[in-house]
Formats: sequence, structure tokens, C-alpha cells
Amino acid sequence: MDLHAEPRLPSPRLALLRYGIAAVVVLLLVGFWQLQVVRSDYYANLAERNRIRTLPLMAPRGLLQDREGRTLVDHVPTFSVILIREHIGGIQDSLPAIARGLNVEPAALQARLDEFKEAPPYQPIVLKDPATLADIAFIEAHRIDLPELELLLMYRRRYPPGGFGAHLFGYVGETTPEEIAAAGYQLGDLVGKMGLERHYNSILMGANGERRVIVDSRGKEVDKLDQKKPVPGRPIRLTLDYDVQLAAEQALAGRQGAVVALDPRTGDILAMVSHPGFDPTLFATRIPPEQWRALTEDPAKPLLNRVIQAQLAPGSVFKIVVATAALEEGLFDRPFTVYCPGWANHYGRTFRCWVPQGHGLVNPHRAIVESCDVFFYQVGRQLGIERIARYARLFGLGSATGVDLPSEAGGLIPSPEWKQRVQKQPWYDGETISVAIGQGPIMVTPLQLAYAVGGIASGGVFARPRLLLEPETPPQIHRVSLKPETVAFLTDALWGVVNENGTGTAARLPEIDVAGKTGTAQLVGFDTLRRVGGRPTRTLVENAWFVGLAPRRNPEIVVVVLLEHGEHGASAAPLARDVIKAYYDKKNRGGARQLAGLPSAASPEKN
Amino acid sequence: MPRRVRYRELDWFLLGLVLLVAALGLLEIYSTTVNHPRFANMHVRQLSWMGLGLLVMLVVARLDYHTLLDQAPLIYIATLGGLVAVLFLGREMFGARRWLEVGGFTFQVSEVAKWSIIVVLAKFLGELRSETLTWKDMAKVAVLAGVPIVLIAAQPDLGTALTLVPIAATGVFLAGLRWKHAAALVLMAVLLLPVGWFLLRPYQRERVLAFANPGHSPQGSGYQTMQSKIAVGSGAFWGKGMGKGSQNQLGFIPVRHAEFIVAAYAEEQGFAGVLLALGLYLTLLLRLLHNAETAADRSGALLVTGVFSLLAFHLLVNVGMVLGWMPVTGIPLPLMSYGGSATLSTFMMLGLVMSVRMRRFVNL
Repeated sequence: MDLHAEPRLPSPRLALLRYGIAAVVVLLLVGFWQLQVVRSDYYANLAERNRIRTLPLMAPRGLLQDREGRTLVDHVPTFSVILIREHIGGIQDSLPAIARGLNVEPAALQARLDEFKEAPPYQPIVLKDPATLADIAFIEAHRIDLPELELLLMYRRRYPPGGFGAHLFGYVGETTPEEIAAAGYQLGDLVGKMGLERHYNSILMGANGERRVIVDSRGKEVDKLDQKKPVPGRPIRLTLDYDVQLAAEQALAGRQGAVVALDPRTGDILAMVSHPGFDPTLFATRIPPEQWRALTEDPAKPLLNRVIQAQLAPGSVFKIVVATAALEEGLFDRPFTVYCPGWANHYGRTFRCWVPQGHGLVNPHRAIVESCDVFFYQVGRQLGIERIARYARLFGLGSATGVDLPSEAGGLIPSPEWKQRVQKQPWYDGETISVAIGQGPIMVTPLQLAYAVGGIASGGVFARPRLLLEPETPPQIHRVSLKPETVAFLTDALWGVVNENGTGTAARLPEIDVAGKTGTAQLVGFDTLRRVGGRPTRTLVENAWFVGLAPRRNPEIVVVVLLEHGEHGASAAPLARDVIKAYYDKKNRGGARQLAGLPSAASPEKN
Repeated sequence: MPRRVRYRELDWFLLGLVLLVAALGLLEIYSTTVNHPRFANMHVRQLSWMGLGLLVMLVVARLDYHTLLDQAPLIYIATLGGLVAVLFLGREMFGARRWLEVGGFTFQVSEVAKWSIIVVLAKFLGELRSETLTWKDMAKVAVLAGVPIVLIAAQPDLGTALTLVPIAATGVFLAGLRWKHAAALVLMAVLLLPVGWFLLRPYQRERVLAFANPGHSPQGSGYQTMQSKIAVGSGAFWGKGMGKGSQNQLGFIPVRHAEFIVAAYAEEQGFAGVLLALGLYLTLLLRLLHNAETAADRSGALLVTGVFSLLAFHLLVNVGMVLGWMPVTGIPLPLMSYGGSATLSTFMMLGLVMSVRMRRFVNL
């Protein structure tokens, strides 16, 4: 065999391989250059995001305390299950396992994820709140295969049981997209939605901190990096007095209406109750839709804070305003008496007195004490609607008081100008007669009545109602010049209502100088009722009002009671009496009782 | 008759390059595993594999490659037998039969198959007595390489099966493939590509899809590719320093001591380190081609180019995978990735190269 004849490998082809492999290596180097030099910042950033996990440190919300420092709303530490989405590419695969482990519906879990689709990926999602012991065990046991689950220490809001102070405190809930846009909250933040929680949210909320830890690819924490401490929300000291609030809660228990008590010297609100109520704890976590629907669709409107949102005719309580106007306008300077046969005719229409057989000859004092309608028809006719409206507005009726609560209603004081503008009809003189006894198109809130009557009784010093206790800041005072005789006459008359066999006798308290005025407001006029041929059913009858104050001169406490469907103002008087008694009991005891836990309307502490 | 050759004749330059590349790999294996008790002392184990590999290399180098070429039919039949045995008797791991247990050792027959194919094709193509290849020659090559490829692909181990293709291709190319035929072959391959898709197993299709669209399955291979790129890119020019790569140390890089060792290396040593490693690798590969050129005969040259194409293919596929240009496969980077069988196999092939090199002045 000719060995040298064996063909060698062709050199050009070997050379081609040489160039080829050199080209491959250069190509690879270009690839590394692209990643490591051109785009290195981008990847360095991704690497940092990979290794650093940011966990929120939740700030506890500030406490709500009464004026004595007794805690009314606090919080308890709970764990929430959160989902960390960063550098967990697809969690879809583990969803069924998570749903099973946490015992939630897969669909609900998916909905929750969809809700947070637009949120930045570094922000964790709360999946379950609060976590049960079983959930905690599940997460601890699956740290390896479900590293995206984490437990987060949260502070869950705790409200007094039984709906105590519910409307006042309000509740917290997760922010809505609108709030995020307006106030710069983060998706998932718990913010006040109602009441004080909402009004003072910026004080109560605090700022969450965060903890940055280094995690490995399984999400296991290997080292700590740094942390930003949370700033706890600041506590709020309220003007509320637990003892008075408790009395108000108990007095109104089982009935529909509202009670508000305030100190007219400062505007400090001592008690505020609205019934029916609700349990704010329901909102501390996400409220189930059916419960929410039940609350919003209940005809009794349990979410309504009647003290500031119920706009109703004041009935005979309004006679205080009319009487004040008459006194100031000098109507009673000469002897002024009216004969009441039980009815009167004005502008061609018959107006009845609430006492069918009539009061006989009545002077101003007796007219207030016995609440004679016929007397006030005459006064109203002589004053005219313009003057009545002017005084009513001067005393703050028909407009929001400016109390530190959201969504306060304004009410309405009618006038010819208003009627022309809104109803496009002229004012009928007969309407003035109705308004003179607080009926007709006149609407006030219980808080407005407390403000107005308190201000008149205090000699024209109107202190804006407030819930935040600020002993250093002077109360916001609105002064209305009233003659001392007017105030003296009026408060004597109101004392008479309670202490001279008047309509408010039920509010009488031994050794306490209680004054007051009853009111009964028709929800639908009797005339209308007769026209539709209906019988007075419960929803169609009357609201009962009572305004109580003590002592008669320079009162320390004004209480307004509203009982819906209360038949007559006299039935509201005992409630005011109980509240005033509680105020004096505490005052005479000379100190506040301490509370063991959160208060409850259901477990009253008897003195 | 072959005369005795001395070890003095070894390709010391090549050996130096090999040891340098292996040292870089060993350092990175140390860095990727030292902080993880589960992988304790992996660098020591790799070092012992390399020691063993060097011994095997010396033994193979000493062996006259012609004796091996003479045994080519036997080697081929034994290899096919082994591959068939794996399919029926192999140990099943991760859903594939790739390992054969012999006397307490498990080894991957497909690793040996690479080696056998190099020998068999060198023998066949080396003995052709013409400057150009005929269709008939090529058909024979296709059968010789095709049978083991199909057997390996059936395990299934598509990655390893594909490594045999460039060996055959390079061999055919150097042995005198006509450009006309080459064009026809390329055309045929392109036309057969869609057919191949239907032969893929679901997980293989998944990988190809993930490669084409990394967002498709972030948890799977797309996620691995992404983490690999993050590691490489965040290493920047000078690297994060030995043992300081967060992607590496915190376990974001998948199989960072083996298939993805280049990602860990690039993160910690930066572009500068990559330049060094790839430079060394290129020099090594060029040295192989030089050895092919200086080989005493055609078969010897084809042995060396077989080893060359195998290593080059591994480099391209492995580093391409790290850069996100290639789908994620189990193909390691020879000399750098951790792995006993692969290390032994690489050194065994280098032994072949040495054997050819040492006999370059010897004529039969």
C-alpha cells in the first residue's frame, strides 16, 4: 500500500474551521459585551431586586381615648398572610395549593390577585387577614415550596363590642383607587372610611416602615440588610365622656333615634349615639358583600349617623327659636296673651293645637311650658317668615355646624326666596304658621338643635361642636347679641317645662336644675294623611324630640334626644334625664372610673 | 511496527492550556459550592476527577491510536450494545434512562458513545481513497452516526444525541464533502425541521418554546435563562469578585457549578474574566486544529478534528445557553463544568489528541 498516496486533509478547509471557531468565540464575546458592559446597569438592578426582599413593617393606628384617657378603640396584633410577587415569575401554578392551604376559594384568591394586577411588583398583597393558627402552620411548613407566602404582623383595629360609638368612630377599610389618586395612599393601605377614623385619618394612620432582607432563590431569608422603623399613628383624645356616652347608649338601647350631649361652654361633645347601629369590627377585615348589602339596604339605615345626618322637622323644639325671636323683636314687651280654644284660623285655614280642648288664655311663659301651638301660630304670624328664618339661621340652624366629622348634613330653613328658587312657587302665608311650630319644610339635625339651644341658653355664646379634646385651644365661639332678659325669661320657661307640670316633666331630676323642651314632629302632615285615607301607621306618625339642659343658667350640658316614631316628645324626655344624671353622677363622684377593657354597651358597669 | 514514543513528546502547550482552563473552572466550582453544605467539597471531588482524567489521558496517549482504529468495528458494536442495554436495563432518573450500572459504578453510555463515534468515523473516512465524497460514502456515514444518535435520542437525551452531529459533519466536511452536496444537505435539513418538531417530546417542545419566548414560562427554562443573563450582566466589566456574586451565592443561577458555571464565572469575574477564559478556550481549539494539520495520517487528523468539533460544539451550545441564545439543555462546558463522567470523557479524548500528536513524525 502506498502510504504517501493517502490524501491529506485539505488545508483550506482546516483554515475555514479556524476562522469559523474564531468567529464563534468573537460572537460569544460580543454577547458578553452586550450583557456585561452595554446593559450591565439594567442587569445589576435586576440582580439587586432578586436578592433584596422588602417586607412592610405595619404602623399601628393611633388609639381613640375619651376625655379622661380611657381607651375606647385600640388594636390587636394579628398575622396576615401576604403574597410576595417579586421575582416569583408565575404563581399561577401554586395557586391551587395556596387556596387549599389557606382554605379559601380559588376564585376568590384569583380575584384578589387581579385586583392588584396594576400595583408595582415589589408591593405584597394581603391574601388573608387575619391568619388562623392553621394558616400560620401551613406557611411555616411550606417555606421551601411556597416561598412567596409570608406572614405579616398587622394591627387589627378593635372597636368596642355591641356597636358602642360605632357612628362616631367609623371604621377603616382598604383604600379605593380614587383615594389613592387623591391622597397618595398605597394600594392595600387601611384608611378611615367613616367617622373619626376618616376625619382624623392623617393623625391616626402613621407611616409603615419596611424591612429589607437578603433572600436566596427560594425566598428564604439569609441576612438582614436594613430597616426603616414604622411611625405609629398618634392617639387621639376625644371630648367624649365614656360615662355620659354609656348612659346615652343604654338609654337609646333597642330604639331608633339619636342622642347627642355637649358642653355648650366649649362645644365639647360628651356623647353621641345613633341607632340602629352596626359593628365596625365587620369592616376591620374585608366585609363580605352580603353583609354590606344588608347594611346599606336596611330601611332603618344603620350606617346613617343620625346626630349629624338625620334632617328632620324640629317640631315644638323650634318654639325656643321663635320665642327668642319674639323676645328680641320686643313682641312680648307689652303683655302678650293668646286665647287657645284648641284651634285657630289663619289665612283661611284651620290650624289645630296639640291639646284638642285648648289651653285657654296663655301667656308666653305658659305657652312654652305647655307648648301651646295656637299661641305660637299667632307669634309666628306677627313675626313673619323672614324674621323667623333670620333668627333660626343666626343660631346655626339649617347649616352644618362644622363638627370634626365627615359628611355632616346642612338641613334647611325655608324662606320665600328659597321656595321661589327651588320649588318655583310663591310662599304661602299659611306655611309661616306651620314653621312657627317647627313643622313644614324645615329640617335640622340633632346636633344643630343642641348647638342652637345651648347657644341661646348660654346668653348668645355659640361654641362650635368638637370631638377632638384640645384644652389649650380656645373653643370656636360665635357670639350673637341677646338681651339678658331674653335669656333669663327663656331659660326660666324651659325650667318650667320640666319642673312645672310641663310637657317635659319626665326629665325632672331631684336636686338638679334641669330645663328642656319637648317636640313632636309629624313626618307627614295630618291633612295629607287624611287625604290619602291612610291610618296613622308607625312609619307615618311622629318623631319625638327632647332638648334638655342643666343647669338652667349657664348650662354645662345640653342633651338632644330624637326618637323616631316616638309618638310624643314626652317619651324622649326620660332619655335626656338619664344622660344628664350620668353627667352629674360622675361630676359629684369627682373622678372617672377606670376601664378594664374596651367599653361595651352590652355589659354596663353599674355605679 | 509502532515504535515506543516518549512522554517528552506530549503536547505540553495543549496540556498547559487544558490545565489553565480547568483551573479556572475549579476555582469557580469552589466559589459556587463552598458556602453550601449540600455541595461541600465538590471542588475536591472535581480535582480528583481531573487527576484521574490526567492519568487516563496519559494511558490513552501512550496507546497507539492505530490500534484503536483497528478495533473500530468492535468498539462500534460494543457501543451500540451498550446503548441498547441502557434503553432496557438503564437506571431511570428524572424520566430518562441514561445511566448503566456496572459493578457499583453508574456511567453514562452516551458519553462513551461520543468517543466511539470519533474513532469509528476517523477510521471510515480516513480510509477513503478519494479527494471527494460520493453520496454512497455519505450514506454510510449517515448510518454509522445515525444509529447511535437515534438510540441516544430515544433515552431521551436529545442534547447528547445532537453533539454527535457536528462530529460527523466536520468529518464529512474535511474528508471532501462537495459544496454541491453540502448545499443539498442544508436544504434537506431545513425541510426536515418541521418534521423534527413532531418527534420532540412535550418537555422538549416546552424548552424550545420557552427559548423562543422567555416570558412563556418564567418558572421553567425561561426563568433559568433570565437568571443566567442577570448573573452575567450584573457582573459588569470587572466582576463582583470571587465568592461575591449574589446571583451565584443566593442560588438564583440554576445548576451553577455544572451547566451554568459560565454564568457564575461571568458574574464574579466579569467581562475581563470571560475574555481570559474564552481566549484560552479559543487558543486550545486552534491548537487542536494545528495538531490535526500536523497529524501523520488522515485518520489521526480526523480523530483530532472529531475532538475539536465536539469541544467547539459544547462551547457554542453551553455558552450560547448562558447568554440566552440557545435553549436550555444539559450540555456542560468541558473542562469547566463539574461532572465526573464528562471530565473523564474529555480527558480521554485529549488523550487521543496527544496520541496523534506524539506520533506525528512516525510513519507506518
